[in-house]
Amino acid sequence: MATRTAVVGDKERRRPMERARQATLVRHLTVALVAGLVLYVVSNALSAFDNLQLATMAYSFTAVAGLTVLTGLNGQVSLGHGAFMCIGAYATAKLLGEGTDHLPLALVLLLAALITAVGGVLAGAAAARLRGPYLAGATLALAVGLPTIADRFPTFLGASNGLTVIPSTPPASLGATFPLERWQAWITCLGALIVYVLLANLMRSRYGRAFRAVRDDEVAAELAGLHVARVQVLAFVVSAACAGLGGGLFVVVTQLAAPGAFALTLSVALLAAVVLGGLGSLWGAALGSAAIVLIPQWSDDLSKSLSLSSNVQANLALAVYGALLIGVMLAAPRGLAGAFDWVHQQVRRASTRREEEEQA
Amino acid sequence: MTRTTRLPAAVLAAAALAFGVAACGSDNGGGSSGGGGGASAPGITKTQVTVGGHFPLTGPAAPGYSEIPRAIDAYFQHVNAQGGINGRKLKMITRDDGYNPTNTVKVTKQLVLQDKVFAILGGLGTPTHTKVVDFLNASRVPDLFVSSGCLCWDEPDKHPWTFGWQTDYKVEGKILGQYIADHYKGKKVAYFLQNDDFGTDGAAGLDQYVPKASVVTRQTYEPGNTDIGPQMAKIKASGAEVIASFSIPAYTALVTLAGVKLDYHPQLVVSNVGADPTTLTGLLKAFSKGKAPASLIDGVRSAYYLPSGDDTSNPWIAQFKMIHDKYIPKLPWDGNVLYGEALAFTFAEALAQAGQNPTRQGIVDVLESGKVKGPGLVPFRYSKDSHAGFTGEAQSVIKDGKLVEEGKALQTDDGSGDITPTDFDPGQPPANMIPAGSD
Amino acid sequence: MTRFIDLTLNGIANGAIYAAVALSLVLIWRATRILNFAQAGMLMITTFIAWSAIDHGASYWVGFALALLSGLVLGAVVERTVIRPVEGAPPLNAVIVTLGLLVLLQAIAGMIWGGNPHSFPPAFSIKGYNIADHTVLFSPADLFGVLVVAAVMVVLLLLFQRTSLGLRMRASAFEPEVARLLGVRVGHMFTIGWALASLAGSLAGVLVAPNVFVAPNAFDSVLVFGFTAAVLGGLESPPGAVVGGVVVGLALSYVSGYAGASVVTLGALAILVAVLMIRPSGLFAPAAARRV
Repeated sequence: MATRTAVVGDKERRRPMERARQATLVRHLTVALVAGLVLYVVSNALSAFDNLQLATMAYSFTAVAGLTVLTGLNGQVSLGHGAFMCIGAYATAKLLGEGTDHLPLALVLLLAALITAVGGVLAGAAAARLRGPYLAGATLALAVGLPTIADRFPTFLGASNGLTVIPSTPPASLGATFPLERWQAWITCLGALIVYVLLANLMRSRYGRAFRAVRDDEVAAELAGLHVARVQVLAFVVSAACAGLGGGLFVVVTQLAAPGAFALTLSVALLAAVVLGGLGSLWGAALGSAAIVLIPQWSDDLSKSLSLSSNVQANLALAVYGALLIGVMLAAPRGLAGAFDWVHQQVRRASTRREEEEQA
Repeated sequence: MTRTTRLPAAVLAAAALAFGVAACGSDNGGGSSGGGGGASAPGITKTQVTVGGHFPLTGPAAPGYSEIPRAIDAYFQHVNAQGGINGRKLKMITRDDGYNPTNTVKVTKQLVLQDKVFAILGGLGTPTHTKVVDFLNASRVPDLFVSSGCLCWDEPDKHPWTFGWQTDYKVEGKILGQYIADHYKGKKVAYFLQNDDFGTDGAAGLDQYVPKASVVTRQTYEPGNTDIGPQMAKIKASGAEVIASFSIPAYTALVTLAGVKLDYHPQLVVSNVGADPTTLTGLLKAFSKGKAPASLIDGVRSAYYLPSGDDTSNPWIAQFKMIHDKYIPKLPWDGNVLYGEALAFTFAEALAQAGQNPTRQGIVDVLESGKVKGPGLVPFRYSKDSHAGFTGEAQSVIKDGKLVEEGKALQTDDGSGDITPTDFDPGQPPANMIPAGSD
Repeated sequence: MTRFIDLTLNGIANGAIYAAVALSLVLIWRATRILNFAQAGMLMITTFIAWSAIDHGASYWVGFALALLSGLVLGAVVERTVIRPVEGAPPLNAVIVTLGLLVLLQAIAGMIWGGNPHSFPPAFSIKGYNIADHTVLFSPADLFGVLVVAAVMVVLLLLFQRTSLGLRMRASAFEPEVARLLGVRVGHMFTIGWALASLAGSLAGVLVAPNVFVAPNAFDSVLVFGFTAAVLGGLESPPGAVVGGVVVGLALSYVSGYAGASVVTLGALAILVAVLMIRPSGLFAPAAARRV
């Protein structure tokens, strides 16, 4: 794709850029629409349990996508995104309250994401001063420490018992026998698609470029006029808001917000999904989210069908998960997205070489 | 680095389709969630009945409790070896929730939606099972014999499909409270409670009998946080001579250990769920240093609704132990195994009486009719108005690592009713331990 | 006042354990520039090995020695097989590999020994000392823990500062290329570093096991607090790790005693954030030069 590198006047520069921006938005919306249609068709064909799995993948995607932007694009390793899901989940649970009389679900989820964004500002401001292992250690403490706030306010936050909400039932227009799980899959998939469009646009925008610049060379970015700390806080806020939405959708699916859901294993799973899918890649985030839901499921089914001893059965999914993380990092550190890219490059290289040979 | 958008979109679509196809292939797809109706219920065929339950196979509640599903399975194997109930073999699917309510939600949905069980049997834990009771009732799945003494299982209007089995914690609190009031008059009492309905229900029962002025402190613990040093220090500082404890085995053991560390030896009165001598001895084994580990728990008082597992002269115990020896000899013969087998026996009793073609509603009707007697020291409370299980307990004490029961079994209600002794007798166990069907 | 003394002594006893874990994390960081999230899993495995031996009749000290020995071996094996490939790679790779290893080790332990927690004997009596007619929250077992960790720290310090092996290890960590040119077997130095670090970790494991009941997930809190201690002290400094461990132990003991057991992890988070805001590279961080 040739680009004009000659100096051009402001007006002339603005027109093609506007066109480019609109094209990006249209492109992403189209992808989202197509994906949405596919998901609609698929969810109608799935059983109740598989719809539940789909919903789980969808809310995981919102959190994983945010994290991949933070870690892949902006270079900040966060072990604590489970804590942001926790904030979003509890906010949603409190806003939905005990009965059915509450704000519309969409508004509740938006508020939950905003509340989590505030948390993201605080965490981001603290994180901006930290680098590498110190950031990892601090976010680890966040992941483990934050859920315990619920124990401190047992009446308000339900302690380890947690807060329960009544499930959002499908509207009457869909029929009386419309399965709850499919409705939940629709809500969560819609959330996931919205997050996809927003993040995809963000990544292609000037903010996305700022994120990458700060990741690659802080000093150069500072010299180029970027306020490094502000960029890093922004990245944190965006990813936290996405995780908060994920937490809210989690409550929609499980009807429960309890500290036990947000243990360290959740933060590890989110990071694993980011890495398995490929750092900084949104559809890698989708594949990674699918992986962290399906792999334990498949290992579980495998161990049941092999009728292994109960000890082995209970732990096989975890063992596969751990081995997979190690294996992928050793063999394909750029994850599935990286693997696809490599294949794509090889194909292009092969076709270019063939063209050159033909010309020669 | 440019990337065409067609590639990711196509991959996403392809992945979604592939997933959909795989999922459709793996089961019959398109079904609605649970629910009875139709000629036969899910989980029941001409030759097999499948039930399932969530249990803590790992985590803070695993000591002792992880044996319960294996004991249920052992009893089922015994029944299957004799031909099953009304020609149907019994199958138990166990899923681990690690005593974590979020996992309980996940695995229970798996049991109902994926494994399509006929009923949930023995779902364990108060903080855990409360999270799935709404889902199970909405899905009209029989939720039988919850392994917990919470009062919340006895709500036939709100939760018509849920039945308790073991004695309510409030009933137990009353019985233990009466013992404390009668035998430790004037002594200072401390409460040590799990921080959920288990603890609060027990405390409510205790409060009906233990004089308010005697209770010098109430401490709680969170299952999962093993540091109870601060609570124990406060209890010691309060000068309590008796600790009334509603705790799971790991925490009863920790209380005992803290007592050793602080050189503080109050009288422990513990709920039956945390007082199994064999489990406690196992947890304390490493700390006895030359002395018999059982001596650390000698004198601990409790109460129980089944005959003591050490009383092999009792024909029920003899039979249950025989099943244990044959099918799960590697597990210790203790209160948890007895619990599991007795619970499984009760299920078999209800299933047998549900006739040749049991349905989900049918099992519920059998239980509400009050015809199920069970193997305990007291009868069940099952009726149209109550889904609570055993009506009371007998006082017990641990001597030489064995559970010894004292006096007649005592019965009472969840309210302010009196405690009365009972002469209930479950009779002789049925032939081959297979309950008779209805005729 | 007695309460304060109790909590202080209890804090020091726990602090020794966190110091040992922090020490192992710092050693690995200094040797290979990797944060070993799998440390809790490794020390869990070695503690299980010790428990197995003791359960089959061996004496406590045989089990203790076995734990330390298997720690050495496990550390070396892990470095050679799983860590070597990611040593030069971006730090996120090592984070994921060690997290994956942690999960894998917990699963393997669950498969071999089951999920049921087991009791583990203490080195000495756990009955608190009787001082002025008051039983304090500090026992012979706790004293042993503090002394052993202090001894290990002194030995490691002497090793690094006074021996040629220590010099070679430090050289390999700071300037691997130069060290290689000077004839140092850098790969071996990395392996030895991991082995020693894992030894420190296994020590922490057997010291804390009596209090937590040995199970695959029982050591998770030790990991978190050990991490907090290491980061607090600054990952560059072994004495910092020990100081960090004691600080974390004391702070958590006071929080637990005065504010309640439920806020302890929150307390750890608050302390960590407070320290890192003032000194982003930990308490004992060397002054960082800014390259402009």
